[in-house]
Amino acid sequence: MSPPLLGVECGTRDVAKVTGSSSLKESPDGLSLGLKERNYLGLSDCSTVDSSMVSGQSDPEAQVNKLNTKATELRLGLPGSQSPERGLDEKLLFPLLPSKDGIKSVVSGNKRGFSDAIDNFSDEKWMFHRPDEGKQSLGQGKFPTSAVINVMIASRPSGPQQPVKEVPPKPLLERSNGINLSGGENNAPAAKAQVIGWPPVRSFRKNTLAAASKDNDEVDGKPGPGPLFVKVSMDGAPYLRKVDLRNYCKYYELSVALEKMFSGFTLGQYGANGTGGREMMSESKVKDALRGSDYVLTYEDKDGDWMLVGDVPWEMFIDTCKKLKIMKSSDAIGLAPRAMEKSKARN
Amino acid sequence: MDPKRAKQSPDSAEAIRLSPFPDEALDRILALLDSHKDRSSASLVSKAWYHAERWSRSCVFIGNCYSVSPEILVHRFPNIRRVILKGKPRFSDFNLVPQNWGADIHSWLLVFADHYPFLEELRLKRMTVSDQSLEFLALKFHNFKSLSLLSCDGFSTDGLAAIATHCRNLTELDIQENGIDDISGKWLNCFPDNFTSLEVLNFASLTSEVNFDSLERLVARCNSLKILKVNQSITLDQLQRLLVRAPRLMELGSGSFLQDLTPQQYTDLETAFRGCRNLQTLSGLSEASSLYLPALYPACANLTFLNLSYAALQSEELAKLLAHCPLLRRLWVLDTVEDKGLEAVGQNCSLLEELRVFPEHPFDQEIDHGVTESGFLAVSYGCRKLSYVLYFCGQMTNAAVATIVQNCPDFTHFRLCIMNPGQPDYLTNEPMDEAFGAVVKNCPKLQRLAVSGLLTDLTFEYIGTYAKNLETLSVAFAGSSDWGMQCVLEGCPKLRKLEIRDCPFGNKALLSGLEKYESMRSLWMSACKVTMNGCKLLAREMPRLNVEVMEDEESNEGQAYKVYVYRSVAGPRRDAPPFVLTL
Repeated sequence: MSPPLLGVECGTRDVAKVTGSSSLKESPDGLSLGLKERNYLGLSDCSTVDSSMVSGQSDPEAQVNKLNTKATELRLGLPGSQSPERGLDEKLLFPLLPSKDGIKSVVSGNKRGFSDAIDNFSDEKWMFHRPDEGKQSLGQGKFPTSAVINVMIASRPSGPQQPVKEVPPKPLLERSNGINLSGGENNAPAAKAQVIGWPPVRSFRKNTLAAASKDNDEVDGKPGPGPLFVKVSMDGAPYLRKVDLRNYCKYYELSVALEKMFSGFTLGQYGANGTGGREMMSESKVKDALRGSDYVLTYEDKDGDWMLVGDVPWEMFIDTCKKLKIMKSSDAIGLAPRAMEKSKARN
Repeated sequence: MDPKRAKQSPDSAEAIRLSPFPDEALDRILALLDSHKDRSSASLVSKAWYHAERWSRSCVFIGNCYSVSPEILVHRFPNIRRVILKGKPRFSDFNLVPQNWGADIHSWLLVFADHYPFLEELRLKRMTVSDQSLEFLALKFHNFKSLSLLSCDGFSTDGLAAIATHCRNLTELDIQENGIDDISGKWLNCFPDNFTSLEVLNFASLTSEVNFDSLERLVARCNSLKILKVNQSITLDQLQRLLVRAPRLMELGSGSFLQDLTPQQYTDLETAFRGCRNLQTLSGLSEASSLYLPALYPACANLTFLNLSYAALQSEELAKLLAHCPLLRRLWVLDTVEDKGLEAVGQNCSLLEELRVFPEHPFDQEIDHGVTESGFLAVSYGCRKLSYVLYFCGQMTNAAVATIVQNCPDFTHFRLCIMNPGQPDYLTNEPMDEAFGAVVKNCPKLQRLAVSGLLTDLTFEYIGTYAKNLETLSVAFAGSSDWGMQCVLEGCPKLRKLEIRDCPFGNKALLSGLEKYESMRSLWMSACKVTMNGCKLLAREMPRLNVEVMEDEESNEGQAYKVYVYRSVAGPRRDAPPFVLTL
């Protein structure tokens, strides 16, 4: 798919988005430009694509809109995550980059990632691809840098398409394991989502060393109870994951971990049926996916109700959570008002 | 016929009929062949040689227990005494294979009982072994001598008790890192009082306490004991008593190295170690501290293998210890030794051939702990003979790896695990393609490669182009498209085992290896883009392959979440559990 088409796509998508999501959002300034992608997981945020790529849009306005909408955007922010732009205790886009870059570049970055992803589908790349500027044939030359899992998180400077081999801001990937993010809330680095079987250490060794260092283990301070695995599914993703809720002490850590786990899936849904990217690249399919690319994190509690994650204190949450699901926002419409009410009430 | 001519045209019919080579001579000569590869080659020469080889073979190695059936095995090889069997796919070590998948030894034992009554040795890896099987083994095979279980599951210490009780001629009991139900240490008491044949005893991975008196008496009466690896329940002063009884030990695995010793006890311990002049391998040392490590020093002069992978040593402790190990060839450590410890390795171990660095905390990525590229670099400067490395680290750069393989071009096994999936070169933020490119370009002898970090198809292009001796490749969270996997399948003529997880390889890649898989032992693909249709096509085209898909609740419609493909002369499995679909 050529960039011009992409631009068109995006534009259309945006309109579609606005339509689709207006019910979810109440923006005080009546955002008519509709450049309000809600980026629940920081996965796909189209408005920056527009600002960066589609010249048809008026950039300053886009920026302004972005800023304005932030205050009222429904995002997958969980209690405890910071919201530097609002000062309200509201849900916030995952700040997955060091605060140095700020929220904006995160947003840009994510969007950049996604737009390039779209761009690259014609090259039949898959979820873990990285933004590949231009139509480089596969396997030739170097790819621009970004971590696989962090592809959606990688900060991409907003602006025009990057030349090959750009180097994102260093702080991001310095010893990138410890993602010490804004607010410096954690002294310990965020516990990673445990992808099953990784790193490839034999269970015997894992268990032996874990037992040996139990006293020294400071991650959770929970030596006693065993792991609490819950399934995490995502609409459109080819398969589930499991996370151990005991690895986290707060929503923020969970959201970071899930983002890493599923960062590729928003794009991967194209190829989910395995017939390859090309067949799927009809316009309507792309639009469908894009329209639905906003996600919310929900969970099924003991009563079988689906709730938005983040409304209750963490301890209560892990007690009642049976399953997690990353839903398309369009599916989560029924849940949203409740959350909105709650957060409004909190204000 | 001139014997020379017979040799020159060995596969001609005339040579067979007119060969002056008496069968007895051929049998005697072939009996001397040990190597499996040599034997396989010999069996292909002619029918006579095929039969001579099969009658004279006493040891068989089966890398995939489902590639052949016990019936076929006993039919071809009537005189086997030693069997080595491997079962589950390697990723089962990391919980990627559900329980009850198979690879049960019992059906083999039933057939062996009828055809190999004189079976002496069984070495199993990743097989399911029940207590019932162990008891059957102990009772039915009166000549049974040697049992080694590594990474197996399904049994308990009761099974060991059966072995100890009934195997009168046992020389080896080697229990390593299994999923064992550790009920009690009483099995050790089951060795009869007149039992003296033990040469190898390894129960280091068991946790229950054993009766020390039993152990001491056992060690005292088994004069041929060469390898003794005890578990953590054995204390230092107890270790001293054992060493005094068995000064001729060649391999020692200590128990816990943490204890309050009196000065006399310490001196005794040191003296006991000094008496161990034959020690080549040392392991265990859990909870070792700088306080008592020096007691070991006198025993280290001839050490060739030091396994500290369960001893969380710090860099200084390691450095001091290594100063006493000039002949070291193999070293396993935890990343608690950090880069500084690895510098000491580089400085002290010029003969080192193998290094494995395991992560102490694989799941908490603490920025300031563990090892980095500098440690590896330091080792490569000092240990030019390095040929085997397994390295778990938090960060790596392309430049470092390039330098490392220039320093050490003899790598046969290069297993690098950058623990954060898909992480790029942390200095340049580029993919790690060039690192592995350098490895395959500079190391022509490379047999085994495990890749990690952010990788594009370029890595696999390099592998396909340069890694002509590659036999085993492990890939995770890497690649950009089908092309990557295709490069490997088309470019690596000696590839035998390919295991892939979480990569964007789909049906096109899978099917590009159609003709390749029969020359390989197995292919594993999980969480890739392969679908049921692709697998069905593969199964249809290649009837001599078993194409198994593991159903998983995590997979979507049509997706093949876990695929295991392997060649087999035994046809589809008859013991597949319900979640394994053979296509």
